[in-house]
Amino acid sequence: MQEYDYNKTHIIDIPLELAMQTDNLQVFYGDNHAMHDASLQFPRHRITALIGASGSGKSTYLRCLNRMNDRIATVKGKIMYRGMDINTKNINVYEVRKHISMVFQRPNPFAKSIRENITFALRRNGIKDKTELNKRVEESLKAAALWDEVKDDLDKSALALSGGQAQRLCIARCVAMKPDILLLDEPASALDPISTAKIEDTLMELRENYSIIIVTHNMQQASRIADYTAFFHMGHVLEYDVTEKIFTTPQIKATEDYISGNFG
Amino acid sequence: MNSKTSNNIATGVIYFLVACVLAILVFLLGYILITGIPHVSWHFLTSAAQSFAAGGGIRDQLFNSMYLLVLTLIISFPIALGSGIYLSEYAPENWVTGVIRTAVEVLSSLPSVVVGLFGFLLFVVNFHMGFSILAGAIALTFFNLPLLTRSIEESLQDVSQLQREAGLSLGLSRWKTITGIVLPAALPGILTGIILSAGRVFGEAAALIYTAGQSAPTVNYGDWNPMDSASFLNFMRPAETLAVHIWKVNTEGVTPDAAAISSGASAVLIVVILLFNLLARMLGRWLYKRMTATK
Repeated sequence: MQEYDYNKTHIIDIPLELAMQTDNLQVFYGDNHAMHDASLQFPRHRITALIGASGSGKSTYLRCLNRMNDRIATVKGKIMYRGMDINTKNINVYEVRKHISMVFQRPNPFAKSIRENITFALRRNGIKDKTELNKRVEESLKAAALWDEVKDDLDKSALALSGGQAQRLCIARCVAMKPDILLLDEPASALDPISTAKIEDTLMELRENYSIIIVTHNMQQASRIADYTAFFHMGHVLEYDVTEKIFTTPQIKATEDYISGNFG
Repeated sequence: MNSKTSNNIATGVIYFLVACVLAILVFLLGYILITGIPHVSWHFLTSAAQSFAAGGGIRDQLFNSMYLLVLTLIISFPIALGSGIYLSEYAPENWVTGVIRTAVEVLSSLPSVVVGLFGFLLFVVNFHMGFSILAGAIALTFFNLPLLTRSIEESLQDVSQLQREAGLSLGLSRWKTITGIVLPAALPGILTGIILSAGRVFGEAAALIYTAGQSAPTVNYGDWNPMDSASFLNFMRPAETLAVHIWKVNTEGVTPDAAAISSGASAVLIVVILLFNLLARMLGRWLYKRMTATK
Protein backbone atom coordinates (compact mmCIF):
# COMPACT_ATOMS: atom_id res chain seq x y z
CA MET A 1 0.00 0.00 0.00
CA GLN A 2 1.12 3.50 -0.78
CA GLU A 3 2.47 5.54 2.11
CA TYR A 4 0.80 8.86 2.78
CA ASP A 5 1.97 11.73 4.92
CA TYR A 6 -0.19 11.47 8.02
CA ASN A 7 0.89 14.89 9.23
CA LYS A 8 -0.77 16.55 6.31
CA THR A 9 -4.44 16.84 7.12
CA HIS A 10 -7.35 19.02 6.18
CA ILE A 11 -9.87 19.25 8.99
CA ILE A 12 -12.37 22.07 9.17
CA ASP A 13 -14.13 23.56 12.17
CA ILE A 14 -17.89 23.29 12.00
CA PRO A 15 -19.57 26.72 11.80
CA LEU A 16 -22.79 25.39 13.35
CA GLU A 17 -24.06 24.53 16.81
CA LEU A 18 -22.22 21.41 17.94
CA ALA A 19 -23.66 18.12 19.18
CA MET A 20 -20.34 16.82 20.40
CA GLN A 21 -16.65 16.88 19.62
CA THR A 22 -13.45 14.99 20.34
CA ASP A 23 -10.06 16.45 21.15
CA ASN A 24 -6.94 14.40 20.42
CA LEU A 25 -8.77 11.12 20.83
CA GLN A 26 -6.42 8.16 20.83
CA VAL A 27 -7.21 4.46 21.05
CA PHE A 28 -4.87 1.65 22.05
CA TYR A 29 -5.56 -2.07 21.84
CA GLY A 30 -2.80 -3.22 24.14
CA ASP A 31 0.34 -1.94 22.39
CA ASN A 32 -1.44 -1.40 19.13
CA HIS A 33 -2.01 2.29 18.53
CA ALA A 34 -5.30 2.03 16.62
CA MET A 35 -6.36 5.68 16.52
CA HIS A 36 -4.10 8.73 16.41
CA ASP A 37 -5.16 12.17 17.59
CA ALA A 38 -8.64 12.41 16.18
CA SER A 39 -10.11 15.87 16.72
CA LEU A 40 -13.50 16.26 15.10
CA GLN A 41 -16.57 18.40 15.67
CA PHE A 42 -20.05 17.10 14.99
CA PRO A 43 -22.87 19.53 14.14
CA ARG A 44 -26.27 19.33 15.80
CA HIS A 45 -29.16 17.94 13.74
CA ARG A 46 -27.00 17.05 10.79
CA ILE A 47 -25.66 13.80 9.41
CA THR A 48 -21.92 13.25 9.57
CA ALA A 49 -20.40 10.31 7.73
CA LEU A 50 -17.15 8.58 8.64
CA ILE A 51 -15.65 6.85 5.60
CA GLY A 52 -12.49 4.88 4.98
CA ALA A 53 -11.24 1.40 4.15
CA SER A 54 -11.61 -1.60 6.45
CA GLY A 55 -9.27 -1.27 9.39
CA SER A 56 -9.00 2.50 9.03
CA GLY A 57 -10.26 2.97 12.58
CA LYS A 58 -13.63 4.57 11.80
CA SER A 59 -15.69 1.99 13.74
CA THR A 60 -13.20 2.08 16.60
CA TYR A 61 -13.57 5.83 16.70
CA LEU A 62 -17.37 5.68 16.59
CA ARG A 63 -17.54 3.17 19.43
CA CYS A 64 -15.55 5.54 21.63
CA LEU A 65 -18.22 8.22 21.34
CA ASN A 66 -20.62 6.43 23.70
CA ARG A 67 -17.91 4.50 25.55
CA MET A 68 -18.66 1.13 23.96
CA ASN A 69 -14.91 0.48 23.82
CA ASP A 70 -14.57 0.68 27.58
CA ARG A 71 -13.80 -2.96 28.21
CA ILE A 72 -11.90 -3.56 24.99
CA ALA A 73 -9.48 -0.70 24.51
CA THR A 74 -7.73 2.18 26.23
CA VAL A 75 -9.13 5.50 25.08
CA LYS A 76 -7.23 8.73 25.71
CA GLY A 77 -8.18 12.30 24.95
CA LYS A 78 -11.33 14.30 25.43
CA ILE A 79 -14.85 13.53 24.28
CA MET A 80 -16.83 16.71 24.84
CA TYR A 81 -20.61 16.52 25.13
CA ARG A 82 -22.65 19.41 26.51
CA GLY A 83 -19.55 21.05 27.91
CA MET A 84 -18.48 17.90 29.73
CA ASP A 85 -15.65 15.52 29.06
CA ILE A 86 -17.43 12.15 29.04
CA ASN A 87 -14.19 10.22 28.69
CA THR A 88 -13.42 10.30 32.40
CA LYS A 89 -13.73 7.69 35.09
CA ASN A 90 -16.44 9.33 37.19
CA ILE A 91 -18.89 9.67 34.29
CA ASN A 92 -21.89 7.31 34.47
CA VAL A 93 -21.52 5.49 31.14
CA TYR A 94 -25.06 4.12 31.30
CA GLU A 95 -26.39 7.65 31.50
CA VAL A 96 -24.15 8.68 28.59
CA ARG A 97 -25.58 5.90 26.43
CA LYS A 98 -29.14 7.06 27.07
CA HIS A 99 -28.17 10.32 25.36
CA ILE A 100 -25.80 8.88 22.78
CA SER A 101 -27.31 5.70 21.41
CA MET A 102 -25.85 3.21 18.94
CA VAL A 103 -27.09 1.02 16.09
CA PHE A 104 -24.79 -1.79 15.03
CA GLN A 105 -23.70 -3.33 11.76
CA ARG A 106 -25.60 -6.57 12.23
CA PRO A 107 -29.25 -6.13 13.24
CA ASN A 108 -29.53 -7.29 16.85
CA PRO A 109 -33.14 -7.24 17.98
CA PHE A 110 -33.76 -8.85 21.36
CA ALA A 111 -35.36 -12.29 21.44
CA LYS A 112 -38.59 -10.65 22.49
CA SER A 113 -41.73 -9.33 20.85
CA ILE A 114 -41.50 -6.25 18.63
CA ARG A 115 -43.28 -4.20 21.28
CA GLU A 116 -41.03 -5.40 24.09
CA ASN A 117 -37.94 -4.65 22.01
CA ILE A 118 -38.92 -1.01 22.28
CA THR A 119 -40.46 -0.96 25.75
CA PHE A 120 -37.85 -3.06 27.52
CA ALA A 121 -35.27 -0.33 28.04
CA LEU A 122 -38.00 2.27 28.62
CA ARG A 123 -39.50 0.24 31.45
CA ARG A 124 -36.12 -0.32 33.01
CA ASN A 125 -35.71 3.43 32.97
CA GLY A 126 -38.86 3.96 34.95
CA ILE A 127 -41.55 4.55 32.33
CA LYS A 128 -44.41 2.32 33.48
CA ASP A 129 -47.47 4.13 32.12
CA LYS A 130 -49.17 1.95 29.48
CA THR A 131 -50.45 4.79 27.31
CA GLU A 132 -47.05 6.49 27.35
CA LEU A 133 -45.34 3.21 26.41
CA ASN A 134 -47.80 2.59 23.57
CA LYS A 135 -47.29 6.14 22.36
CA ARG A 136 -43.53 5.68 22.32
CA VAL A 137 -43.84 2.39 20.46
CA GLU A 138 -45.98 3.96 17.76
CA GLU A 139 -43.92 7.14 17.48
CA SER A 140 -40.60 5.38 17.29
CA LEU A 141 -41.78 2.78 14.80
CA LYS A 142 -43.20 5.56 12.64
CA ALA A 143 -39.95 7.47 12.91
CA ALA A 144 -38.10 4.37 11.70
CA ALA A 145 -40.66 3.88 8.88
CA LEU A 146 -41.59 0.46 10.20
CA TRP A 147 -45.02 1.14 11.71
CA ASP A 148 -47.11 0.28 8.64
CA GLU A 149 -45.34 -3.04 8.20
CA VAL A 150 -45.63 -4.29 11.77
CA LYS A 151 -48.54 -2.47 13.41
CA ASP A 152 -50.67 -5.64 13.46
CA ASP A 153 -47.85 -7.88 14.67
CA LEU A 154 -46.50 -5.92 17.62
CA ASP A 155 -46.69 -8.91 19.93
CA LYS A 156 -44.96 -11.30 17.56
CA SER A 157 -41.31 -12.15 17.89
CA ALA A 158 -38.86 -9.62 16.52
CA LEU A 159 -36.69 -12.51 15.35
CA ALA A 160 -39.17 -13.20 12.54
CA LEU A 161 -38.48 -9.82 10.90
CA SER A 162 -36.38 -9.52 7.74
CA GLY A 163 -32.88 -8.07 8.07
CA GLY A 164 -33.98 -4.63 6.88
CA GLN A 165 -37.01 -4.58 9.16
CA ALA A 166 -34.92 -5.78 12.11
CA GLN A 167 -32.41 -2.99 11.53
CA ARG A 168 -35.17 -0.39 11.42
CA LEU A 169 -36.53 -1.87 14.65
CA CYS A 170 -33.09 -1.39 16.19
CA ILE A 171 -33.19 2.24 15.06
CA ALA A 172 -36.72 2.61 16.50
CA ARG A 173 -35.51 1.06 19.75
CA CYS A 174 -32.86 3.78 20.04
CA VAL A 175 -35.22 6.56 18.97
CA ALA A 176 -37.77 5.54 21.60
CA MET A 177 -35.22 6.41 24.28
CA LYS A 178 -35.24 9.97 22.87
CA PRO A 179 -31.46 10.27 22.71
CA ASP A 180 -29.62 13.33 21.51
CA ILE A 181 -27.22 11.65 19.17
CA LEU A 182 -27.53 8.50 17.09
CA LEU A 183 -24.37 6.59 16.25
CA LEU A 184 -24.69 4.09 13.41
CA ASP A 185 -21.97 1.58 12.61
CA GLU A 186 -22.46 0.55 8.98
CA PRO A 187 -26.18 0.03 9.58
CA ALA A 188 -26.92 -0.95 5.99
CA SER A 189 -23.90 -3.04 5.07
CA ALA A 190 -25.72 -6.34 5.72
CA LEU A 191 -28.85 -5.29 3.83
CA ASP A 192 -30.14 -5.41 0.26
CA PRO A 193 -30.45 -2.19 -1.81
CA ILE A 194 -34.17 -1.72 -1.14
CA SER A 195 -33.75 -2.03 2.63
CA THR A 196 -30.71 0.23 2.39
CA ALA A 197 -32.77 2.89 0.63
CA LYS A 198 -35.41 2.68 3.35
CA ILE A 199 -32.78 3.06 6.08
CA GLU A 200 -31.38 6.10 4.27
CA ASP A 201 -34.85 7.67 3.97
CA THR A 202 -35.36 7.01 7.66
CA LEU A 203 -32.10 8.72 8.54
CA MET A 204 -32.98 11.74 6.41
CA GLU A 205 -36.24 12.04 8.37
CA LEU A 206 -34.52 11.59 11.73
CA ARG A 207 -32.02 14.32 10.85
CA GLU A 208 -34.73 16.88 11.74
CA ASN A 209 -34.53 15.94 15.40
CA TYR A 210 -31.32 14.04 15.94
CA SER A 211 -27.63 14.50 15.41
CA ILE A 212 -26.47 11.49 13.44
CA ILE A 213 -22.98 10.09 13.02
CA ILE A 214 -22.75 7.19 10.62
CA VAL A 215 -19.87 4.92 9.66
CA THR A 216 -20.18 3.62 6.14
CA HIS A 217 -18.22 1.65 3.58
CA ASN A 218 -20.48 2.89 0.92
CA MET A 219 -19.30 6.19 -0.58
CA GLN A 220 -22.51 6.73 -2.54
CA GLN A 221 -24.36 6.42 0.73
CA ALA A 222 -22.19 9.06 2.34
CA SER A 223 -22.63 11.41 -0.59
CA ARG A 224 -26.40 10.86 -0.62
CA ILE A 225 -27.18 11.51 3.03
CA ALA A 226 -24.28 13.17 4.85
CA ASP A 227 -23.82 16.89 5.39
CA TYR A 228 -20.22 16.44 6.51
CA THR A 229 -17.80 13.63 5.83
CA ALA A 230 -14.59 12.57 7.54
CA PHE A 231 -12.06 10.36 5.82
CA PHE A 232 -10.15 7.86 7.98
CA HIS A 233 -7.00 6.05 6.95
CA MET A 234 -4.77 3.74 8.98
CA GLY A 235 -5.94 5.15 12.30
CA HIS A 236 -5.67 8.79 11.23
CA VAL A 237 -8.35 11.29 10.29
CA LEU A 238 -6.90 12.85 7.19
CA GLU A 239 -9.71 15.00 5.91
CA TYR A 240 -12.97 16.42 7.25
CA ASP A 241 -15.13 18.81 5.31
CA VAL A 242 -18.53 19.42 3.77
CA THR A 243 -19.50 16.20 2.01
CA GLU A 244 -19.67 17.80 -1.41
CA LYS A 245 -16.14 19.12 -1.14
CA ILE A 246 -14.79 15.76 -0.02
CA PHE A 247 -16.21 14.10 -3.09
CA THR A 248 -15.53 16.82 -5.66
CA THR A 249 -12.41 18.68 -4.53
CA PRO A 250 -10.56 16.64 -1.90
CA GLN A 251 -7.54 18.45 -0.45
CA ILE A 252 -5.58 15.37 0.56
CA LYS A 253 -4.02 12.84 -1.80
CA ALA A 254 -5.22 9.82 0.18
CA THR A 255 -8.84 11.01 0.12
CA GLU A 256 -8.68 11.57 -3.59
CA ASP A 257 -7.21 8.12 -4.19
CA TYR A 258 -9.83 6.50 -1.98
CA ILE A 259 -12.89 8.14 -3.51
CA SER A 260 -11.65 7.63 -7.03
CA GLY A 261 -10.98 3.98 -6.26
CA ASN A 262 -7.18 3.80 -6.86
CA PHE A 263 -6.22 2.89 -3.41
CA GLY A 264 -3.04 1.01 -2.76
CA MET B 1 -11.08 -45.94 -3.27
CA ASN B 2 -13.03 -43.02 -4.68
CA SER B 3 -14.73 -40.41 -2.59
CA LYS B 4 -18.17 -41.90 -3.14
CA THR B 5 -17.17 -45.29 -1.71
CA SER B 6 -15.36 -43.77 1.26
CA ASN B 7 -18.37 -41.61 1.97
CA ASN B 8 -20.64 -44.66 1.86
CA ILE B 9 -18.39 -46.58 4.22
CA ALA B 10 -18.20 -43.67 6.66
CA THR B 11 -21.97 -43.22 6.63
CA GLY B 12 -22.44 -46.94 7.16
CA VAL B 13 -20.10 -47.02 10.14
CA ILE B 14 -21.81 -44.00 11.70
CA TYR B 15 -25.24 -45.56 11.23
CA PHE B 16 -23.99 -48.78 12.80
CA LEU B 17 -22.60 -46.94 15.85
CA VAL B 18 -25.84 -45.03 16.33
CA ALA B 19 -27.75 -48.30 16.05
CA CYS B 20 -25.53 -49.79 18.80
CA VAL B 21 -26.33 -46.90 21.15
CA LEU B 22 -30.03 -47.17 20.39
CA ALA B 23 -30.01 -50.96 20.82
CA ILE B 24 -28.38 -50.73 24.25
CA LEU B 25 -30.90 -48.10 25.32
CA VAL B 26 -33.90 -50.01 24.00
CA PHE B 27 -32.66 -53.25 25.56
CA LEU B 28 -32.10 -51.67 28.98
CA LEU B 29 -35.34 -49.72 29.03
CA GLY B 30 -37.28 -52.66 27.66
CA TYR B 31 -35.80 -55.10 30.14
CA ILE B 32 -36.46 -52.87 33.14
CA LEU B 33 -39.97 -51.94 32.05
CA ILE B 34 -41.03 -55.45 31.00
CA THR B 35 -39.77 -57.09 34.18
CA GLY B 36 -40.93 -54.22 36.38
CA ILE B 37 -44.30 -52.99 35.13
CA PRO B 38 -46.23 -56.21 36.06
CA HIS B 39 -45.31 -55.57 39.71
CA VAL B 40 -46.44 -51.96 39.66
CA SER B 41 -49.96 -51.40 40.93
CA TRP B 42 -51.84 -48.61 42.65
CA HIS B 43 -51.31 -50.48 45.89
CA PHE B 44 -47.56 -50.69 45.22
CA LEU B 45 -47.34 -46.92 44.68
CA THR B 46 -49.45 -45.89 47.64
CA SER B 47 -48.50 -48.21 50.49
CA ALA B 48 -45.54 -48.13 52.84
CA ALA B 49 -42.58 -50.48 52.52
CA GLN B 50 -42.57 -53.68 54.62
CA SER B 51 -39.46 -54.88 56.42
CA PHE B 52 -40.29 -58.58 56.62
CA ALA B 53 -43.68 -59.38 55.11
CA ALA B 54 -44.49 -59.46 51.40
CA GLY B 55 -46.69 -56.87 49.70
CA GLY B 56 -44.77 -53.72 50.67
CA GLY B 57 -44.98 -50.62 48.51
CA ILE B 58 -42.72 -47.64 47.71
CA ARG B 59 -44.94 -44.67 48.63
CA ASP B 60 -42.48 -42.99 50.99
CA GLN B 61 -39.41 -43.73 48.88
CA LEU B 62 -41.06 -42.25 45.80
CA PHE B 63 -42.02 -39.12 47.67
CA ASN B 64 -38.57 -38.87 49.30
CA SER B 65 -36.87 -39.00 45.89
CA MET B 66 -38.94 -36.11 44.61
CA TYR B 67 -38.67 -34.09 47.80
CA LEU B 68 -34.92 -34.54 47.83
CA LEU B 69 -34.71 -33.40 44.22
CA VAL B 70 -36.71 -30.26 44.97
CA LEU B 71 -34.60 -29.47 48.04
CA THR B 72 -31.37 -30.09 46.15
CA LEU B 73 -32.46 -27.77 43.33
CA ILE B 74 -33.54 -25.09 45.80
CA ILE B 75 -30.06 -25.17 47.33
CA SER B 76 -27.94 -25.67 44.22
CA PHE B 77 -29.73 -23.66 41.54
CA PRO B 78 -29.17 -20.18 43.02
CA ILE B 79 -25.51 -20.96 43.70
CA ALA B 80 -25.01 -22.40 40.22
CA LEU B 81 -26.83 -19.48 38.61
CA GLY B 82 -24.67 -16.98 40.44
CA SER B 83 -21.40 -18.70 39.64
CA GLY B 84 -22.51 -19.39 36.05
CA ILE B 85 -23.27 -15.70 35.53
CA TYR B 86 -19.97 -14.76 37.14
CA LEU B 87 -17.92 -17.15 35.02
CA SER B 88 -19.66 -16.22 31.80
CA GLU B 89 -20.15 -12.48 32.18
CA TYR B 90 -17.81 -11.05 34.79
CA ALA B 91 -14.81 -13.33 35.28
CA PRO B 92 -11.62 -11.92 33.76
CA GLU B 93 -9.47 -14.42 31.89
CA ASN B 94 -6.75 -14.97 34.47
CA TRP B 95 -5.40 -17.68 36.73
CA VAL B 96 -8.07 -17.18 39.41
CA THR B 97 -10.79 -17.97 36.89
CA GLY B 98 -8.74 -20.93 35.71
CA VAL B 99 -8.51 -22.26 39.25
CA ILE B 100 -12.28 -21.85 39.73
CA ARG B 101 -13.00 -23.72 36.48
CA THR B 102 -10.63 -26.54 37.41
CA ALA B 103 -12.13 -26.75 40.90
CA VAL B 104 -15.59 -27.07 39.38
CA GLU B 105 -14.38 -29.86 37.11
CA VAL B 106 -12.63 -31.74 39.92
CA LEU B 107 -15.77 -31.49 42.00
CA SER B 108 -17.76 -33.18 39.25
CA SER B 109 -15.38 -36.12 39.01
CA LEU B 110 -15.35 -36.96 42.73
CA PRO B 111 -16.58 -40.53 43.35
CA SER B 112 -20.04 -40.35 44.87
CA VAL B 113 -19.11 -42.72 47.71
CA VAL B 114 -16.40 -40.30 48.78
CA VAL B 115 -18.82 -37.38 48.74
CA GLY B 116 -21.28 -39.50 50.72
CA LEU B 117 -18.74 -40.37 53.40
CA PHE B 118 -17.55 -36.78 53.54
CA GLY B 119 -21.15 -35.65 53.98
CA PHE B 120 -21.62 -38.28 56.67
CA LEU B 121 -18.64 -37.07 58.68
CA LEU B 122 -19.23 -33.37 58.25
CA PHE B 123 -23.01 -32.95 58.28
CA VAL B 124 -24.39 -36.08 59.89
CA VAL B 125 -21.78 -36.45 62.63
CA ASN B 126 -20.00 -33.12 63.11
CA PHE B 127 -22.92 -30.79 62.53
CA HIS B 128 -25.28 -33.17 64.34
CA MET B 129 -27.75 -33.18 61.49
CA GLY B 130 -28.25 -36.91 61.79
CA PHE B 131 -29.35 -38.91 58.76
CA SER B 132 -31.60 -36.34 57.15
CA ILE B 133 -32.97 -35.14 53.85
CA LEU B 134 -31.10 -31.87 54.37
CA ALA B 135 -27.75 -33.64 54.75
CA GLY B 136 -28.60 -35.64 51.62
CA ALA B 137 -29.59 -32.53 49.70
CA ILE B 138 -26.33 -30.80 50.61
CA ALA B 139 -24.29 -33.82 49.56
CA LEU B 140 -26.18 -33.96 46.26
CA THR B 141 -25.57 -30.25 45.79
CA PHE B 142 -21.88 -31.13 45.53
CA PHE B 143 -22.65 -33.27 42.49
CA ASN B 144 -25.14 -30.89 41.09
CA LEU B 145 -23.11 -27.71 41.25
CA PRO B 146 -20.43 -28.51 38.66
CA LEU B 147 -22.90 -29.80 36.09
CA LEU B 148 -25.35 -26.95 36.63
CA THR B 149 -22.72 -24.23 36.80
CA ARG B 150 -21.07 -25.45 33.62
CA SER B 151 -24.32 -25.74 31.71
CA ILE B 152 -25.53 -22.32 32.83
CA GLU B 153 -22.18 -20.78 31.91
CA GLU B 154 -22.27 -22.38 28.47
CA SER B 155 -25.89 -21.42 27.80
CA LEU B 156 -25.07 -17.81 28.63
CA GLN B 157 -21.97 -17.94 26.42
CA ASP B 158 -24.10 -19.17 23.54
CA VAL B 159 -26.14 -15.96 23.56
CA SER B 160 -24.71 -13.67 20.89
CA GLN B 161 -22.41 -10.85 21.97
CA LEU B 162 -24.56 -8.60 19.80
CA GLN B 163 -27.40 -8.95 22.29
CA ARG B 164 -25.24 -7.66 25.10
CA GLU B 165 -24.04 -4.73 22.98
CA ALA B 166 -27.65 -3.93 22.13
CA GLY B 167 -28.58 -3.77 25.80
CA LEU B 168 -25.55 -1.71 26.78
CA SER B 169 -25.97 0.73 23.90
CA LEU B 170 -29.47 1.53 25.16
CA GLY B 171 -28.03 2.66 28.47
CA LEU B 172 -28.93 -0.49 30.38
CA SER B 173 -26.49 -1.54 33.05
CA ARG B 174 -24.62 -4.80 32.59
CA TRP B 175 -26.69 -6.42 35.30
CA LYS B 176 -29.98 -5.40 33.67
CA THR B 177 -28.70 -6.55 30.31
CA ILE B 178 -27.78 -9.94 31.74
CA THR B 179 -30.97 -10.53 33.70
CA GLY B 180 -33.38 -9.02 31.19
CA ILE B 181 -31.90 -9.99 27.84
CA VAL B 182 -29.20 -12.64 28.06
CA LEU B 183 -30.79 -14.86 30.71
CA PRO B 184 -34.19 -15.24 28.98
CA ALA B 185 -32.46 -16.09 25.71
CA ALA B 186 -30.34 -18.71 27.52
CA LEU B 187 -33.32 -20.31 29.24
CA PRO B 188 -33.65 -23.47 27.09
CA GLY B 189 -30.01 -24.37 27.67
CA ILE B 190 -30.23 -23.73 31.40
CA LEU B 191 -33.29 -25.95 31.57
CA THR B 192 -31.48 -28.79 29.83
CA GLY B 193 -28.80 -28.48 32.49
CA ILE B 194 -31.39 -28.75 35.24
CA ILE B 195 -32.93 -31.82 33.64
CA LEU B 196 -29.58 -33.55 33.25
CA SER B 197 -28.59 -32.88 36.83
CA ALA B 198 -32.04 -33.91 38.08
CA GLY B 199 -31.64 -37.31 36.45
CA ARG B 200 -28.43 -37.73 38.37
CA VAL B 201 -30.07 -36.78 41.67
CA PHE B 202 -32.89 -39.25 41.07
CA GLY B 203 -30.51 -42.06 40.35
CA GLU B 204 -27.90 -41.38 43.03
CA ALA B 205 -27.63 -44.00 45.78
CA ALA B 206 -24.08 -44.22 47.11
CA ALA B 207 -23.87 -40.67 48.42
CA LEU B 208 -27.30 -40.87 50.01
CA ILE B 209 -26.80 -44.10 51.96
CA TYR B 210 -24.53 -42.22 54.33
CA THR B 211 -26.37 -38.89 54.39
CA ALA B 212 -30.12 -39.20 53.89
CA GLY B 213 -30.05 -42.64 55.46
CA GLN B 214 -31.58 -45.99 54.64
CA SER B 215 -34.80 -45.82 56.57
CA ALA B 216 -38.13 -44.34 55.64
CA PRO B 217 -40.03 -43.54 58.82
CA THR B 218 -43.78 -43.32 58.48
CA VAL B 219 -44.76 -39.72 57.91
CA ASN B 220 -48.05 -37.90 58.01
CA TYR B 221 -48.95 -36.57 54.53
CA GLY B 222 -51.62 -34.35 56.03
CA ASP B 223 -49.19 -32.42 58.20
CA TRP B 224 -47.93 -29.42 56.25
CA ASN B 225 -45.75 -27.94 58.99
CA PRO B 226 -42.10 -28.61 58.04
CA MET B 227 -41.04 -28.03 61.66
CA ASP B 228 -43.15 -30.96 62.84
CA SER B 229 -41.12 -34.14 63.17
CA ALA B 230 -43.97 -36.28 61.80
CA SER B 231 -44.59 -34.00 58.81
CA PHE B 232 -43.79 -35.29 55.34
CA LEU B 233 -42.14 -31.92 54.67
CA ASN B 234 -39.80 -32.16 57.65
CA PHE B 235 -36.31 -32.09 56.19
CA MET B 236 -34.48 -33.20 59.30
CA ARG B 237 -35.90 -36.72 59.10
CA PRO B 238 -34.07 -39.67 57.57
CA ALA B 239 -35.34 -40.41 54.10
CA GLU B 240 -34.60 -43.47 52.04
CA THR B 241 -35.00 -42.67 48.35
CA LEU B 242 -36.15 -44.95 45.57
CA ALA B 243 -32.62 -45.61 44.33
CA VAL B 244 -31.38 -46.39 47.84
CA HIS B 245 -34.40 -48.64 48.36
CA ILE B 246 -33.57 -50.61 45.23
CA TRP B 247 -30.00 -51.05 46.42
CA LYS B 248 -31.10 -52.05 49.91
CA VAL B 249 -33.78 -54.50 48.85
CA ASN B 250 -31.25 -56.19 46.59
CA THR B 251 -28.45 -56.41 49.14
CA GLU B 252 -30.13 -57.02 52.47
CA GLY B 253 -33.82 -57.37 51.71
CA VAL B 254 -35.43 -60.20 53.64
CA THR B 255 -38.95 -59.86 52.30
CA PRO B 256 -40.05 -62.85 50.19
CA ASP B 257 -40.93 -60.57 47.27
CA ALA B 258 -37.65 -58.59 47.27
CA ALA B 259 -36.96 -59.27 43.58
CA ALA B 260 -40.43 -58.11 42.56
CA ILE B 261 -40.15 -54.94 44.63
CA SER B 262 -36.76 -54.19 43.14
CA SER B 263 -38.00 -54.65 39.54
CA GLY B 264 -41.13 -52.64 40.19
CA ALA B 265 -39.24 -49.82 41.88
CA SER B 266 -36.71 -49.68 39.03
CA ALA B 267 -39.49 -49.36 36.47
CA VAL B 268 -41.13 -46.60 38.50
CA LEU B 269 -37.80 -44.77 38.85
CA ILE B 270 -37.29 -44.76 35.10
CA VAL B 271 -40.84 -43.67 34.35
CA VAL B 272 -40.58 -40.84 36.88
CA ILE B 273 -37.33 -39.62 35.32
CA LEU B 274 -38.93 -39.68 31.86
CA LEU B 275 -41.99 -37.83 33.14
CA PHE B 276 -39.81 -35.23 34.83
CA ASN B 277 -37.93 -34.73 31.58
CA LEU B 278 -41.12 -34.20 29.60
CA LEU B 279 -42.66 -31.87 32.16
CA ALA B 280 -39.52 -29.79 32.49
CA ARG B 281 -39.27 -29.44 28.72
CA MET B 282 -42.90 -28.42 28.39
CA LEU B 283 -42.52 -25.90 31.18
CA GLY B 284 -39.36 -24.57 29.56
CA ARG B 285 -40.99 -24.17 26.17
CA TRP B 286 -43.91 -22.34 27.75
CA LEU B 287 -41.61 -20.05 29.74
CA TYR B 288 -39.44 -19.34 26.70
CA LYS B 289 -42.51 -18.38 24.67
CA ARG B 290 -43.76 -16.16 27.46
CA MET B 291 -40.42 -14.38 27.75
CA THR B 292 -39.45 -14.09 24.10
CA ALA B 293 -42.79 -14.00 22.27
CA THR B 294 -41.52 -16.68 19.87
CA LYS B 295 -44.36 -18.68 18.46
